[in-house]
Amino acid sequence: MNLIGHTELRFTEEQAMLLHVAQEFCRNKSPAESVRALLESDVGYDVSVWQEMTELGWSGIALPESCGGAGLGVGALVPVVESTGRTLLASPLISTALAGQLLLRAVGPDKAEPWLSRIVGGAVATVAWLESNDWGDSNIKVTLDATGQLDGQKRFVSDANAADFIVVPARRNSEMVLAVVSADMFPESALTLNTLVDLTRRSANFNCSGIRLTPENILAGDAVEGALADTRLLGALLVAAEAAGSAGACLDTVVEYLNTRKQFGKLIGAYQALKHPCVDILMELDSARSFVYHAATVVMDEVLNEAAEAACRMAKVQANDVLSYAGDRAVQFHGGMGFTWDCDAQLYIRRAQWSQQQFGDPLHHRKRLAALLLD
Amino acid sequence: MAATEQELHEFREEVSAWMKVNKPADPDFLLPQSFMEVGDERQLEFLREWQFRLWSAGYLGMAWPKAYGGGGAEPVFQSIADQEMRRHNVPICFNVIGLGWAGPLIKDIGTEEAKAKYLKGILNAEDIWCQGFSEPDHGSDLGNAQTRAVREADQYVLNGQKIWTTMGNFAKYMILLARTNPEAERKYDGLSFFLSPMHVEGVETRPIRKITGEYGFTETFFTDARIPLDCLMGEEGQGWKIAMQTLQYERGAEAGAAGGLSMIRVTVQDMLDSLQGVCRDGEPVLEDPVVRDAVVQAIMEEKALMLGLRRMGIGPLNTDYPGSIALSSKLRASEVTRRLRQLAIGLQGAEGGLYVGDPAARQGGFWQRAYFNSFSATIGGGTSQVQANIVAEHILGLPK
Repeated sequence: MNLIGHTELRFTEEQAMLLHVAQEFCRNKSPAESVRALLESDVGYDVSVWQEMTELGWSGIALPESCGGAGLGVGALVPVVESTGRTLLASPLISTALAGQLLLRAVGPDKAEPWLSRIVGGAVATVAWLESNDWGDSNIKVTLDATGQLDGQKRFVSDANAADFIVVPARRNSEMVLAVVSADMFPESALTLNTLVDLTRRSANFNCSGIRLTPENILAGDAVEGALADTRLLGALLVAAEAAGSAGACLDTVVEYLNTRKQFGKLIGAYQALKHPCVDILMELDSARSFVYHAATVVMDEVLNEAAEAACRMAKVQANDVLSYAGDRAVQFHGGMGFTWDCDAQLYIRRAQWSQQQFGDPLHHRKRLAALLLD
Repeated sequence: MAATEQELHEFREEVSAWMKVNKPADPDFLLPQSFMEVGDERQLEFLREWQFRLWSAGYLGMAWPKAYGGGGAEPVFQSIADQEMRRHNVPICFNVIGLGWAGPLIKDIGTEEAKAKYLKGILNAEDIWCQGFSEPDHGSDLGNAQTRAVREADQYVLNGQKIWTTMGNFAKYMILLARTNPEAERKYDGLSFFLSPMHVEGVETRPIRKITGEYGFTETFFTDARIPLDCLMGEEGQGWKIAMQTLQYERGAEAGAAGGLSMIRVTVQDMLDSLQGVCRDGEPVLEDPVVRDAVVQAIMEEKALMLGLRRMGIGPLNTDYPGSIALSSKLRASEVTRRLRQLAIGLQGAEGGLYVGDPAARQGGFWQRAYFNSFSATIGGGTSQVQANIVAEHILGLPK
């Protein structure tokens, strides 16, 4: 019950600096025309921009200094990811950061070092989370046999097309292990690209069958299962931070239109039927950012506690709800323009649909929050 | 010299110990949850005695000057006393318009005579104050107030009508916004601010029966009521500015208010506690999946409000829509409060249909009454819809 009154919220100087730098970077590197241009590209993001991001150290913000990271924790990644969401900047940052967190949390910095160093050095990495259609199904069916061969399929692997390596949770007898599969270990045909509702994203189904791994690519240990659960929560937080950023951009887009479009002799923003929902979006967005930065305050490098779990889930609920609402209203409030491909409202409504399905939708998390808060 | 951590700690212990001993037992009637709910003499006398006791113990008006009944201490002491009052869940300090509006204003910009005349009576609850801002035709549009004050020789003559005068029938003084210059170019510039006596000829109050069935507000009629010139606060035409100044005292003792609780906070936890023993489909109500989801959403609403107040103080996290949390806080808080109370009744089962007076009503009908009363905050002080316009125009820059 104590979780209800837990309202810790701090923001460090490092976070403030990262937010400031990231805001400016994303504004410069991801103007509307760049976002549009990348929609139809194969890789989905600007490789040179990603390189600059890694040179700024962003993929290593939450990784330990012993691996070349900044050691600032996932909380420091949140303002950066929010900023990328604010300008719809496409990049494999979230995927890569989560792969790093999973390895780090599963086997510790020493054993994970070779992979984490690659991440810090600019590698793209991702985790193959799903096998089914259901974020509530943590039953892993992909197997790793005694000879080190994988068997099974993964679905919806974010940024798999660009990944230098994919972390594949798999079952070895009754034990859960992480198979780290480098891109040179499987044929291109193992990946089948998904056609996504959000064209700023890329993901693929991954046929792991027949991939053979050497022992150094197989990570096991008692902490693997806990690391999987915790990293999924961190995934929810990072996607929430990004969604909150996108919701802010969406609100700006709507407000700008309401301040320029005239009907029946006045600016349409003067009509309360349009004005009041904008205020609702603003207030829900304020809440989303508060939850996101609350969660950024309470997540830790160690195993996540209940307060951190509740905070990540609340952030995901609130950020997705406001982005869905904002995207939906953005289309409607643009009138006929909103129905067109050229109107930016489509970018946000599409982002909303994609985002809510990552790491569990709001209903998924509310169900679990009920257990956390009420039992 | 600033108080040390040690002194503050000791003071907190002292207040806490005092509250433990002196917190009054619950009377056999429902106490008001806010100063807008004081409906009868029993409640009034109970709260008057409580405020007097607090003041006598030195825990009210701690930062006001000693010469006028205050304690002459640093405001932080009053803040600590207020926190302890909240923690011990003691009754409210009902003389809110005096303690949090008129008093600090008089202390800050009043004349020496006014300070000597009014401040002590505000603190010891001898003089009850009310507020005369709203008018029947200008509810949310305060700047358009039409009650007239005309200067005649050594008096102002008042004519007009105010409404929603909290405790108007009990009050000795009113802070009054009246129009001294109907010709002013800007409507705001024609307003003046008065410390106006209620017990003079030509001032009549008529109690308004509220949606709860109780009383708490009056209409106030001015018919050639004559008040002395020195009732004017500041200069003629400064009424709007002064009225706006009173708003800053909402921030509590640190901003100049005398202190004390102005309302009892009701939380989701209170609602959960109130549902002990309630069943749905034969199982405890909080095991019902649909109910659980509704409760989770209520918890998140409450938590978002508290987190917002935290985030509001962090500059770099407020660059997107500066001021939005502060300017929307009344709108949000009042709406969240209303929804929570509505939910609480909805979850009571058949007993949710009972009201104050029925022996089987849960907590004496507390939630039913509280829900109805919550509209005083979503309507009073500018309706939620007007608040939404203000936020849209000032924060989002949308056109009027």
